[in-house]
Amino acid sequence: MLIEKSKFISNTSITKNTYLIKVFSPSIAKTAKPGQFCNIKVSENSFPLLRRPFSICDVEGDYLYFMFDVHGEGTRLLRDKNEGEELDIIGPLGIGFDLIGDYDTAIFIAGGLGSAPFPFLSKNIPAMIEIHSFIGGRSKENVIEYKMKNVSAATDDGSYGFQGNVVELFINKLTAYNTKKIRVFACGPNPMLKALQNVCNEKNINCQLSVETVMACGFGICQGCPIEKYNGDGYFLVCKDGPVFNSLAVKI
Amino acid sequence: MSKVDLSIKIGPLELKNPVLLASGTVGYGNEIANFTDLSKIGGIVTKSLSLKPRLGNPPQRITETPSGMLNAIGLANVGVEEFIKTKIPFLKEVNSTLICNIAASSVEEYVECTKILTDEESIKAFEINVSCPNVKEGGLEFGNDLKAVGRITAETKKVTDKPIFIKLSPNVARISEFAKVVYSEGGDAVSAINTLVGTSFNIWTKRPKIKNITGGLSGPAIRPVALAKVLEISRNCPIPIIGIGGILTWQDAIEFMIVGATAFQIGTANFINPNSGLDILKGIEEFCIQTNITKISDLTASYQI
Ligand SMILES: Cc1cc2nc3c(=O)[nH]c(=O)nc-3n(C[C@H](O)[C@H](O)[C@H](O)COP(=O)(O)OP(=O)(O)OC[C@H]3O[C@@H](n4cnc5c(N)ncnc54)[C@H](O)[C@@H]3O)c2cc1C
Ligand SMILES: Cc1cc2nc3c(=O)[nH]c(=O)nc-3n(C[C@H](O)[C@H](O)[C@H](O)COP(=O)(O)O)c2cc1C
Ligand code: FES
Repeated sequence: MLIEKSKFISNTSITKNTYLIKVFSPSIAKTAKPGQFCNIKVSENSFPLLRRPFSICDVEGDYLYFMFDVHGEGTRLLRDKNEGEELDIIGPLGIGFDLIGDYDTAIFIAGGLGSAPFPFLSKNIPAMIEIHSFIGGRSKENVIEYKMKNVSAATDDGSYGFQGNVVELFINKLTAYNTKKIRVFACGPNPMLKALQNVCNEKNINCQLSVETVMACGFGICQGCPIEKYNGDGYFLVCKDGPVFNSLAVKI
Repeated sequence: MSKVDLSIKIGPLELKNPVLLASGTVGYGNEIANFTDLSKIGGIVTKSLSLKPRLGNPPQRITETPSGMLNAIGLANVGVEEFIKTKIPFLKEVNSTLICNIAASSVEEYVECTKILTDEESIKAFEINVSCPNVKEGGLEFGNDLKAVGRITAETKKVTDKPIFIKLSPNVARISEFAKVVYSEGGDAVSAINTLVGTSFNIWTKRPKIKNITGGLSGPAIRPVALAKVLEISRNCPIPIIGIGGILTWQDAIEFMIVGATAFQIGTANFINPNSGLDILKGIEEFCIQTNITKISDLTASYQI
């Protein structure tokens, strides 16, 4: 992990409120692993004060990509950056997805902006492993399929794909994987992750959950980002011990 | 190389420069060492240690506020024993001055921690965090109670030859009264200030943003308050002061020295720029050269009022 002054290259909008930015960040790009994140200083002055954490969406050579929604002041500032501006980025941070193990099918489950880490993860999944993606959103425009493979979609309002949540959709399709060795990789809002955790733990499915908490430092010095351990014996730090955890490790 | 003498003395403790990293904002040094050369920093103040490990508060522990943040970490720490076993070895190698911060829930616990830790050669001074509830005597903060602060100073002094700094709470009417008690009980310096009590609510759910309801406010938002507290102490008590509160830049640090600080600590800024200590050091050195100051300590309490 290091601090890198990175040149802002471009910003493209991929859905109505979702943006994909590209930055020149060779040192971070060199060591980044799927599921890790960066803590980005969105302004040059002290407002807003804290950095903003974002998953590494993709890496292409010396370039990093981040995907985000405009949420509040920080993400608005990020959206409005211009080409050539310098962005102060700390990364790569945290522990990403565990790819090693015995499985022949990787199941990606994403809710809303939870699609962010999957383009980079896809690239790193060994070629002989099949990837199936389940993507959920409130409505069609919130289903982010950017660089996702074999997509099944779910929307709360039924405007696209299955009507209902993405975990229900996954449960409905589970029998199709009876003869497969699957591993689940998931990112999205906490209620989604919790529902998925219940299913996977019950059925003994290896499941990697990427969780979110508020953060200040992003690298383990403030203790501001705890998540309860599954056995109730204290806390992990999401920024340092996560953001990806095995579904048997944490309470959501 | 440096033309400016950056060294300072806080009571009997000599430091190579006045830049200290504040308790709770550098952990035990190992993570931040990825970003900054700790051997060039004047000193590191470790996360508050208690006799036994503490898990800390349940989430949410922090929230951002205008030019600041609120935290209620709940003094999560590894405890004295684990600190000695697993954290000291790294801190020894860093070659910075190690100041150990202690938090406790009774006067006896403060004394016990100090007694155990004083045998560690690498620890050069103690900073006592009195912004903790006095569990034995009603749960009010020690830091609000003149007598308790006096007793903690006197009792910890008895069990160590190393300097004792008392870290004062700003949540009091006259902070200089507390500094006077520390001075008269033999304390070597005061650190001012700890965080200010604050809160923040979500207007849609009407619930507090942090689980503990209130938290400690830090960051640039508290700087004017901290400066006023340092100045008040400086004008009323001869004890050395370590200034803390919202320092982000070298200009901020100089301001603290002018109003009375001998040294200063950088807290929240470490989260945003983990190399800010060294950036600030460079800035104050250039300021000294530019203004013909040959000894940084000449800046302390150089205010013109
Ligand atoms: C490990 C990690 C990875 C993330 N990856 C992405 C991503 O790839 N794309 C994306 O759009 N978002 C991601 N987020 C959430 C993102 O950090 C927030 O959307 C962003 O901080 C909002 O900032 P703001 O100033 O626009 O919002 P505001 O609501 O104005 O922010 C106020 C404060 O709350 C914090 N905050 C607000 N929402 C969140 C949140 N959901 N999680 C954590 N802190 C929050 C902010 O950091 C800030 O300190 C991630 C969060 C974490 C912890
Ligand atoms: C997340 C966090 C944790 C802190 N933990 C401690 C602590 O354990 N002990 C202590 O004496 N002060 C603690 N502090 C207070 C700081 O050391 C410092 O006094 C305060 O933050 C004001 O300085 P700043 O504005 O530069 O951050 C903590 C502050 C923050 C932000
Ligand atoms: S965000 Fe600071 S410790 Fe995790």
